[in-house]
Amino acid sequence: MDMRVSLSGWTLDNPVIPASGTYGFGYEFAQFYDINILGSIALKGTTKDARYGNPLPRIAECREGLINAIGLQNPGVEKVISEELPRLRTVFKKKSIANVSGFSVEDYVYTASQFDQQEDIGILEINISCPNVHGGGMAFGQKPEAAAEVCAAVKKACRKPVYMKLSPNVTSITEIAKACEEAGADGIVLINTLLGMRIEPRTGKPIVSTGAAGFSGPAVKPIAVRMVYQVYETVKCPIIGVGGIATADDVIEMMSAGATAVEVGAANLVDPYACKNIIEELPVKMEAYGIERLSDIIGRAHV
Amino acid sequence: MYKKNIYEVKSNRRIAEDVYRMVLAGDTSYLTEPGQFVNIQLSGLYLRRPISVCDWDGETITIIYKVVGTGTAMMAAMTGGEKLDLLTGLGNGFDTDFTRLLPGQGILKKEDGTYSWPDGRSVKAAVIGGGVGVPPLYALAKKLKKEGAEVVAVLGFNEEKQIFGYKDFADLGIPVCIATLDGSVGVKGFVTDALKNIDFDFYFTCGPEPMLRAVHRLGKERGVEGLLSFEARMGCGFGACMGCSCETIAGTKRICVDGPVMKSGEVIL
Ligand SMILES: Cc1cc2nc3c(=O)[nH]c(=O)nc-3n(C[C@H](O)[C@H](O)[C@H](O)COP(=O)(O)OP(=O)(O)OC[C@H]3O[C@@H](n4cnc5c(N)ncnc54)[C@H](O)[C@@H]3O)c2cc1C
Ligand SMILES: Cc1cc2nc3c(=O)[nH]c(=O)nc-3n(C[C@H](O)[C@H](O)[C@H](O)COP(=O)(O)O)c2cc1C
Ligand code: FES
Repeated sequence: MDMRVSLSGWTLDNPVIPASGTYGFGYEFAQFYDINILGSIALKGTTKDARYGNPLPRIAECREGLINAIGLQNPGVEKVISEELPRLRTVFKKKSIANVSGFSVEDYVYTASQFDQQEDIGILEINISCPNVHGGGMAFGQKPEAAAEVCAAVKKACRKPVYMKLSPNVTSITEIAKACEEAGADGIVLINTLLGMRIEPRTGKPIVSTGAAGFSGPAVKPIAVRMVYQVYETVKCPIIGVGGIATADDVIEMMSAGATAVEVGAANLVDPYACKNIIEELPVKMEAYGIERLSDIIGRAHV
Repeated sequence: MYKKNIYEVKSNRRIAEDVYRMVLAGDTSYLTEPGQFVNIQLSGLYLRRPISVCDWDGETITIIYKVVGTGTAMMAAMTGGEKLDLLTGLGNGFDTDFTRLLPGQGILKKEDGTYSWPDGRSVKAAVIGGGVGVPPLYALAKKLKKEGAEVVAVLGFNEEKQIFGYKDFADLGIPVCIATLDGSVGVKGFVTDALKNIDFDFYFTCGPEPMLRAVHRLGKERGVEGLLSFEARMGCGFGACMGCSCETIAGTKRICVDGPVMKSGEVIL
């Protein structure tokens, strides 16, 4: 059985990639299992300068998911490259995916260019969809022109494949995806978190410090599958499907909708073995469904 | 190192108003220090529930928890025999090495593992707990005692029916001082009121943040250092999500992996 998939000429052993922000810089999970079984790893969202992020509380539970208001806490690109990547290198021998965020086009270009020079980075994932920061993040992902501008600028400055990570908090996901592809995107990643809110019944106040924050987990999977399905019909570049994936069946569903690979987010937090279990379960499900080559099922939901 | 494993509920008894003591049987090899916690999966709830380890031996883990919401209510309804999925070995617990905790003061570590001042006096340690912050202090007090410290326990509660743990600490041969807000038992007021006439070289504390703040202030006034254990709403409990990060003098720290226990000289309260 063949689980390999290919993203812009880079062959992954399997399509399972932990999603940005839910896997740290990888090494925390190496305490649980050998993380080299993963297809790749999408690293924690990185910005030009170090960020503390939002005040606590940052986490609220909801049915089949959670709301997070992390706010892109990270040590800044310089430290990620000098401290986090070397530490990851000691336990992970494959290339990873850099997740880049910013507050201006120049920020994105600066941070992406730094990662572009790193040998063990396979793809530049440009996050124009973080709902937890002001004056940046999602603001770039909500207008086709702004998304295209970031994409074109990063593309011009970097050699590695550029994948645009899109926000589901838009009126037309296909328009944004198309604008990115036309601006030179090598791939599309979707979805980032939806904007949600939880209110504590006792106090009547929002639980997380920012009020509204990023909602994800199994509860959002149908939205993610629908968006991947729609974008698949609009663009030719590969799609990485994200949103609510927790089982091998979820992977197969997302790939059938049109994803070449998938990212697993919230599931890592509640079960540190989630990605391992999915990777081990995939061949069993492929056998059961008569799938010989996993890449054959990409987009098979479309007639 | 962390570990995910299945544990069986051996017993689950009510010990005070809304407070339960649960004993879980299973692998305890990943627990190394008092003050560490487990993260418990409960069926139908998305996130795990973090609870401090009160005590452990080769086969069992004891936790004490208060019913405050859906998850803890589900736990309280358990009668024994249930299987629970836990992450264990989480967090940095309480360090008890006084040569590190009181550096440059000539603390001696003897061959039998006990500590003392250069003149042979025992180190006086206060363990200060509030409400369900009391449980992790039990295994700690036991260890401190074994390592030669002169331990005093100061436990704070709102009112009499919420008190638990008194006998456990007393059975270790430790003087226990209770403070209640309504004055129904012991000193009327906060743990800091009970601490007025107690002298100590170092403190260890766990409880609600206002209490931690008050103890921290008292320590500062007296020029005494301590270790404080914090809580936060957690996404993962093992360092992956940054859901629990707080700012400290020594930079940003994740309460789940860099804490929950932090040094008084580092925290910003
Ligand atoms: C390191 C650590 C150690 C703890 N040790 C103990 C202990 O020994 N005994 C004890 O009774 N309690 C302890 N707590 C608090 C305990 O985790 C919460 O009371 C519990 O999660 C509440 O769950 P619930 O489903 O009953 O409440 P709900 O309010 O229904 O929970 C909803 C969500 O909020 C979270 N949450 C609610 N209150 C808290 C809180 N105070 N701290 C963190 N998360 C919270 C829950 O985990 C869950 O994700 C500890 C917390 C931390 C972080
Ligand atoms: C705690 C947390 C932190 C996240 N941080 C980032 C981030 O830094 N950059 C990013 O592009 N997406 C971030 N995300 C979004 C995820 O990568 C993913 O797109 C989203 O959660 C949907 O997947 P899921 O339903 O599997 O969680 C974060 C999600 C969570 C839950
Ligand atoms: S709870 Fe996830 S990093 Fe601390």
